[in-house]
Amino acid sequence: MKAQADVAIVGSGPAGLGAATALAQAGLDVVVVEREQEAGGIPRHCGHTGYGLREFQRLLTGPAYARRLVSDARAAGVAIETGTTVVALTPGGQLDLASSGGRTTLTARHVLLATGARETPRSARLIGGTRPWGVINTGALQQFTYLSGIRPFSRAVVIGTELVSFSALLTLRHAGIAAVAMVEAGPRIVARRPGDWIARLLLDVPVLVSSRLVEIEGGTQVTGVVVERNGTRFRLPCDGVVLSGSFVPETGLIKEGHLALDRGSGGPAIDQFFRTTDAQVLAAGNVLHPIETAGVAWAEGRAAAAAILADCRGDLPCGPGTQITVGGGLAYAYPQRVVAGGPPPGKLMFRARATEAATGRLVISAGGQTLWSRGARLLPERRVQLPAAPVLEAARIGEARIAFETQATS
Amino acid sequence: MFSLHLPGDDVADLEYDLCVIGGGVVGLAAFRQFCLAGLNVILVERGADILSGASKGNSAILHTGFDAPPGSLETACMQAGYAEYLAIAPHLNLPLLQTGAHVVAWSPEEQAALPGIVAKAHANGVMDVAEIDPTTLYAREPHLAPGALGAVEVPREHVIDPWSAPLAYAWQGLAHGGTIWRGCAVLGGARRDGLWTLDTTHGPVRARTVINAAGNHGDVVEAIARPSPFHVRPRKGQFVVFDKPASRLAASIILPVPTERTKGVLACRTIWGNLLVGPTAEDQDERDLATLDGAVLAGLIAAGTRLIPELAGETVTATYAGLRPATEFKDYQIEVLPNLGWITLGGIRSTGLTASLGIAAHAAHLYGEAIDTLPQAPAPIWTPVPNLAEHLPRPSAEGGHLICHCEAVTRAEVEAALAGPLPATSLGGLKRRTRVMLGRCQGFYCSAAVACLANGQLVDMPGAST
Repeated sequence: MKAQADVAIVGSGPAGLGAATALAQAGLDVVVVEREQEAGGIPRHCGHTGYGLREFQRLLTGPAYARRLVSDARAAGVAIETGTTVVALTPGGQLDLASSGGRTTLTARHVLLATGARETPRSARLIGGTRPWGVINTGALQQFTYLSGIRPFSRAVVIGTELVSFSALLTLRHAGIAAVAMVEAGPRIVARRPGDWIARLLLDVPVLVSSRLVEIEGGTQVTGVVVERNGTRFRLPCDGVVLSGSFVPETGLIKEGHLALDRGSGGPAIDQFFRTTDAQVLAAGNVLHPIETAGVAWAEGRAAAAAILADCRGDLPCGPGTQITVGGGLAYAYPQRVVAGGPPPGKLMFRARATEAATGRLVISAGGQTLWSRGARLLPERRVQLPAAPVLEAARIGEARIAFETQATS
Repeated sequence: MFSLHLPGDDVADLEYDLCVIGGGVVGLAAFRQFCLAGLNVILVERGADILSGASKGNSAILHTGFDAPPGSLETACMQAGYAEYLAIAPHLNLPLLQTGAHVVAWSPEEQAALPGIVAKAHANGVMDVAEIDPTTLYAREPHLAPGALGAVEVPREHVIDPWSAPLAYAWQGLAHGGTIWRGCAVLGGARRDGLWTLDTTHGPVRARTVINAAGNHGDVVEAIARPSPFHVRPRKGQFVVFDKPASRLAASIILPVPTERTKGVLACRTIWGNLLVGPTAEDQDERDLATLDGAVLAGLIAAGTRLIPELAGETVTATYAGLRPATEFKDYQIEVLPNLGWITLGGIRSTGLTASLGIAAHAAHLYGEAIDTLPQAPAPIWTPVPNLAEHLPRPSAEGGHLICHCEAVTRAEVEAALAGPLPATSLGGLKRRTRVMLGRCQGFYCSAAVACLANGQLVDMPGAST
């Protein structure tokens, strides 16, 4: 494998391959490093349809979509190194790699982190009870079902009602696993329509809202879960629990490295050109903002690729930039800082991770002076998009702040 | 060297010199001790794999015994076990991380207790234990919360791998001709003409002497020989393990000033490069299931954050609970019953990992004194275990096909643990042998691949063939 490249991309999901293809088509020498044995990322094991409209103008299943991303990248001249783990990322664009071939080093002028996100496991959710077999995330359920052909259990409760939770329902159906119920801690389903219609009408799965998983029961295998609703506890017999959603960025590689992380998002902090605090290292996709669809991640990979090409032309401004402060009911906003000058960036966005729905005003301000505001209703796990101009203006003035001022909760 | 005998094997007529009941760290240390001494030994474990009970969840610390009751059997066993552990660690490849410990006083009352802790340590022969001032403490532990009034340093406390060590004991015993039956529960037994016949789920096991190392079931097993002089009431300890970046926040083992009942909640690095906070001390009647409680876990995180404020915002990698075999007595319940051919190793409530080798040596001494002369021991065969410690080189340092990305476990390591000697028979056993699925993603990325490799061999993980 090569020791040098123009661009090294970590992760071969939609963001990484979207960027790789665009960069290779522009004539750059691109290496994608993938630690799994197959390239394509999470869509490899999302066996249902719903992918590809934005990218290929047709509906594809996850695996077909992943294959298409891989074949397009290869056709563009991208080298994809599977079964290769990045052990360390060090300043100077150096990646220490481990594979069955041994240990090697890859040095690149630009590095793009596209390591994606994963669901929060049982441990970090502080779920009580015993620790039997049968408590897994949707990602693992899909790998069991679509990659391994192993049925992990036969009757499952799904925790969560994000978009991925409905993907879990479809996976359960494909695997011949009965879905006992969906359990949602919040007062309503988190996912946009038609997720709830799928659950209620198509799959006939009861959705228990305002219900919290308290305890898991069972010795060797799960025998049931205890759920609490309005102070009352009840038991749902099952032999599996799918913990869906609550995504966190996959940052194992950079957690102890030299890049600044945003405590709010859990991912690397970037400027409006996707550059981390090491200007040679960019980041795109769900490692920045758990969680968006494959199409959003792909588009972001392409936008990061455009930033890399602009940098190659010497068109990107330098400097530490202005930090954007986030307050009032918002978990994080990204980009986390803005550098003056350069080509206009794409849309600036921020997302709230409110646990409850809230109504109020979004406010962009600088030095206490409001530059822009509008009424808004926030929902958990929903992205809110902000206009770029007032954010850039706030950054120019300094002390830029994005906040959500609550008026009332419902 | 394969040891998983199944019912129907032609072994029922064998007569063993010794049968050890219980495959926890104490039972396995005894198994090793008597196998090394040249006896024909069988160990029976009711769990699917070794370390299925008390030994699967502890704080993983090798104690000097500085705070143990002076003059007690517990202290003697701990100190003998500590010394032997250090002596055999290089031969068995047992990892050691000398972090030292600090007992930190946060109130004037606790501060007043520090001289007593030093005096107790000195009475126990741990002479390098001394009081230090807050300036020294904060120079060593800059992430500790402000407000410490003083501390006692214990330089020779170590963090160890609580699972590889007993596995090494098992392997060494097997190499010396021992036998281990797992998934084999003892249901009863009778002694006739100097020979025990234990009724087990694998059929009868005949042995001249029985060692009861049944941990949380110690009093139940004891009742086979006599009315149990002690009653086990398991003490549950819940733990929270933080992700690896948190390990920078504590250089040493941070201990509170102990109370009469418990050593309290500690924070320390783990041998796998994480940071651990725990345990709680909750008495319960249930002997097998250690249930987690979300509110208690949140309380542990809060306690850890009071101790080390920067823990706020660090992510949780794992939560677990263990059961220590507490009895109504503070000290170990160790006894030889020569007329019954029975040795009791009971009530090893919280220091068993450290003391196990010392307990085993003590048991051998009791055996030689009261039951039979031990034969001349042959030269030991050393059975080094693979290194799982984060601070020492692991196979993935050379590259390889990584199956678990969070813990950098290679496919070859998993395959080795699924094969002999003493192959993993439960998912927990596989995790303990390899660290697979124990990292921050807890199997999001690798559990299906692990299930494919295990292929139905693990009792609690479905495979393609099951």
